[in-house]
Amino acid sequence: MIDKNNKSATILMFHVHKNYGSKKALIDINLDVSKNELLFITGPSGAGKSTLLKLLYLGEPVSEGQILIDGMNLSRISRKRIPLLRRKLGIIFQDYKLIPTKTVFDNVALVLEAMGKKRQFVQKKVNSMLRTVGMEKRFNAMPQSLSGGEQQRIAVARAVVGSPKIILADEPTGSLDSESACVIFDLLEGFHARGGTLLVATHDEKLIRKTGCKVIHLKEGRQISK
Amino acid sequence: MILFFKIAIQDIRTNRFLNAVTIITIALSILIVSALILFFVNANDYMNSWKKGIKIIAYLKPDIVEANLVDIKSKIQGVYGVAETDFISKEEAMKRLRKQIKRQSSLLDGLKDNPLPDAFEIRITEQSANSEKIENLAVQLESLPEIDDVEYGRKWIGRFVKVFELFKLTGYAMSGIFFIAAVFIVASTIRLVIYSRREEIEIMRLVGATDRFIKVPFYIEGIIQGALGGIIGLAALFATFIYISTNVEHGLSSDLLHVRFFSLRLSCTIMLCSMLVGWLGCFISLRQFLKE
Repeated sequence: MIDKNNKSATILMFHVHKNYGSKKALIDINLDVSKNELLFITGPSGAGKSTLLKLLYLGEPVSEGQILIDGMNLSRISRKRIPLLRRKLGIIFQDYKLIPTKTVFDNVALVLEAMGKKRQFVQKKVNSMLRTVGMEKRFNAMPQSLSGGEQQRIAVARAVVGSPKIILADEPTGSLDSESACVIFDLLEGFHARGGTLLVATHDEKLIRKTGCKVIHLKEGRQISK
Repeated sequence: MILFFKIAIQDIRTNRFLNAVTIITIALSILIVSALILFFVNANDYMNSWKKGIKIIAYLKPDIVEANLVDIKSKIQGVYGVAETDFISKEEAMKRLRKQIKRQSSLLDGLKDNPLPDAFEIRITEQSANSEKIENLAVQLESLPEIDDVEYGRKWIGRFVKVFELFKLTGYAMSGIFFIAAVFIVASTIRLVIYSRREEIEIMRLVGATDRFIKVPFYIEGIIQGALGGIIGLAALFATFIYISTNVEHGLSSDLLHVRFFSLRLSCTIMLCSMLVGWLGCFISLRQFLKE
């Protein structure tokens, strides 16, 4: 049972439904994710994993039900406050979503610049983040000149650089070889170890078994186990 | 602000082709609108010089003696709207008539007395050069006891002033229409730029960028595009002006047609309008795009 007054929860979902016309993508999802929790969302393709994450970063509006993230009710959030919500989140996509016309440095710096951070701070923080993901030497490279694993490392750096409370990762290792997948997951675990909350949508069973963390299984839009 | 400028310059560099298309569109729009304005500025000058040439003739009664002329002249000059007065004696008037009719001047030889009256030729001030004011002025002159009759091209002046006013109004309306058309053409071109960068904008939004953070570099881009388009448009117009005016002034008497280019002030105003077109085009496109 979900407790609406659960203050320690970072993410709360109450009877959430998502419909695309007559198609039901998510049906009655209830979820509470505590601070510093690592949660896997699994299920076959089309089960609704990506849709669930989209609802959390307001990439799509919910059709029914309510979502609370760090005290913000997403059903009542004004358009102006959406950027504030997204700054609490770091989002990682399977297709990386790096801006092709910006350098590695500028892609990562974008988050801090959008937050209005000072130039010196941005410089220092981005360089340190690129060192953490092992990409400091490629700071001036364009994304298309990097391998998939390297691009995903930049995407992780971008997700983490703004010190978000939560990271939402949508199939972060989906298109990577096992070696690159390990590097990415180690980086994400590093974020979790520093106290961050992590939601990972994946169907990489090896990854789930390796951590032994909480798992939600989705099938045809329904939550079938926790 | 420095950051926004940096982003704007970087964006112009990376999207060179579409930015060039936008700048050329603005340049062409500015070229068309300013060519129209230039035509109206010169036409206005020409019409004003015509207006300055409007004269009223006040014929004096036959019994006026020469000693009273100074008094009459000062009375006429006291009437509001009179700029200059010249006395034309009946002898002078006859001379002029002979000159005007040249070959037929022998017809005048049979006259025993000069039938022409003494008169004052009156030039009016620029402010009074409209048909109503001229008519009022004529009535006032007629009321002077020494004046027999007042003559001016009543119908001609009325028509001329109306045509002039219509001409001015057409100028304003056409410039306005072209300005609006330019804004919408530029907005459509900028929409293409924004559409080509929709993924980038979407990513910016996903990482927490506010609409303001996304918009400001675009606005700066729009203003820069407007400025560059304005410079190119005005330079092209200036080159065309130099070419045409050199050829036209060679072909025609310079007294008849003296053309001039925009003053520095008007050039600056056009540049500001061009920057406004760039910004407004961006504003309209972004407002629609970010709403979606």
